[in-house]
Amino acid sequence: MSRQIAQRIAFALITAAAIFVIIPIFFIVGYIVFQGLGAINWEFLSAFPRDGMKAGGLLPAIVGTLLLTAGTAIVAVPLGVGAAIYLSEYAKDTTTTRAIRIAIVNLAGIPSVVYGLFGLGLFVIFLNFGTSILAGSLTLGIMTLPIIISTAEEALRAVPQSFRLVSTSLGGTRWQTIYRVVLPQALPGIITGVILGLERAAGETAPILFTVAAFFLPQLPTSILDQTMALPYHLFVISTQVPGMPLSIQYGTALVLLVFVLSMNLIATLIRRHYRHQRVW
Amino acid sequence: MTKTQDTSASSSSDPKSGAAAEALTPIYEMHRSQASSLLEVVIERAIQTSGISAVVLVALIFLFLIKEGVPAFFEIPLSSLFAARWYPIEDYFGLISLVAGSLLVTVGAAAMSLPLGLATAVFIAEIAPSWARDFLKPFVEVLAGIPSVVIGFMGMLVLAPFVRTALDIPTGLTAFTGMLVLAWMALPTIVSVVEDVLDSVPKTYRDAGLALGLTRWQTIWRIVIPAGRTGILTALMLGIGRAIGETMTVMMVTGNAARIPTGLADIFMPVRTMTATIAAEMGEVAQGSAHYHVLFAVGLVLFLITFLVNLMAAVVVFRQTKRAERLLS
Repeated sequence: MSRQIAQRIAFALITAAAIFVIIPIFFIVGYIVFQGLGAINWEFLSAFPRDGMKAGGLLPAIVGTLLLTAGTAIVAVPLGVGAAIYLSEYAKDTTTTRAIRIAIVNLAGIPSVVYGLFGLGLFVIFLNFGTSILAGSLTLGIMTLPIIISTAEEALRAVPQSFRLVSTSLGGTRWQTIYRVVLPQALPGIITGVILGLERAAGETAPILFTVAAFFLPQLPTSILDQTMALPYHLFVISTQVPGMPLSIQYGTALVLLVFVLSMNLIATLIRRHYRHQRVW
Repeated sequence: MTKTQDTSASSSSDPKSGAAAEALTPIYEMHRSQASSLLEVVIERAIQTSGISAVVLVALIFLFLIKEGVPAFFEIPLSSLFAARWYPIEDYFGLISLVAGSLLVTVGAAAMSLPLGLATAVFIAEIAPSWARDFLKPFVEVLAGIPSVVIGFMGMLVLAPFVRTALDIPTGLTAFTGMLVLAWMALPTIVSVVEDVLDSVPKTYRDAGLALGLTRWQTIWRIVIPAGRTGILTALMLGIGRAIGETMTVMMVTGNAARIPTGLADIFMPVRTMTATIAAEMGEVAQGSAHYHVLFAVGLVLFLITFLVNLMAAVVVFRQTKRAERLLS
């Protein structure tokens, strides 16, 4: 029967396409682990770069990425979760709400390098923060905001309406209902979204190019108005700007960045799995 | 009692914007007077303020791009801006070659990404056994999580040499290499949106197709995919938005030569995109110079393009929900 044959061919092609999509992911991760593992040792993780960054370690870049991720969280989490609570628990279906939703969609679509320009224009120059951790964290935080808002809102909305009804029937005000009933139930989902947002921020290069990233610094930053090195920018620099950089260091740096980012991804997935099984509703 | 349960069941499954809040507002209003402390009032104000933060931020970004970018159109003669040459050191600011470069790479990437993404989504949603689905979905998310600089790094060290030897061309850092990488990077967006769309096609549609004697493939191809076509269009738009805004990978693999593509052969030549130009040059320009303003103008153009693309995608989604609401009520 030709229809059966057509189905078999179509399914085979589709399966082949899916495999074609998946294989490069294995390849990239596997190849970086294979090539980079040799460079990883204690010195690589705990020392400053030496000899024009061709030897030594990644300490300032690792510390910088940790600082920027923390800064991003401080900027984006309160604002993002607040906006999500507003959209889920306060907003009615009005023009304002629609404007907010369209704004979130567009915020999510703005290219990362345009965030970099915006950060340069507003934080570095107009507000005179200079190229600093403060300016970089604010830029990354704003970029992360739409991810946190949409995932947190989804988590809040998933809490059944009956939970809210019970709270109000016991005399709870809106805030009491949100704080005591809705938020605790939605917390795992919100945390997952926050981690995924921070994962994106930790791996971004373009927004920090002109707002915070330093080519090389001989010491760790001491204030939020200092510049800092960061892993993604460091990888970009050593793979394109420094001639004669040993490949093992390049792959080692890529591996450290990849492990940092993907472990955040793993944690988010595990939290989601864990609570999905525990959920009573 | 029964009535209460009914409302809760119907409204918790209602995806409509603000439904949860709207239903309870009268009760909240009743409780407000007796229990609202000062702290509560402050917190509620803060939540309402953060609610509109997204609108304020989009407006602020737009304003700053205008403030820093629009002066370029007064400082540089229009004939120069619309010329073909981009050579800022000698004051040649031909935006057209950058726009053309971005469009070439983006269109190529979208053309490769859509069929692949569609096929992968169909595989995950319709064909794969459930164990494969549980395994594949997180994997596509992993792809979305790999930093673009890492993908650019691999593109430069592994893919570009491969393209060069496979096609026997002078350099592997070409528009084509950029398309390949961008197509692959746009996949998570396309796959996850299309998969949601396919999931939302009612099971009764599939049952009807099978009951009429169609094969599973005919059902997918003739019924499920057409039913989800607006959603697939949305996925394409979002994928395009993702590809046109990608910066680091493009900068690392496309070779960055500013020229207007004129023929098919130009796909295998280096090209320079808007995003890569900003990223590569902003670090070296004097603040307030013509070059500085032009780079902000390029950013403004990018902002407007992605704004339009995303607005169109959002409008399609809104219209679709409205239509669904009308049909169901």
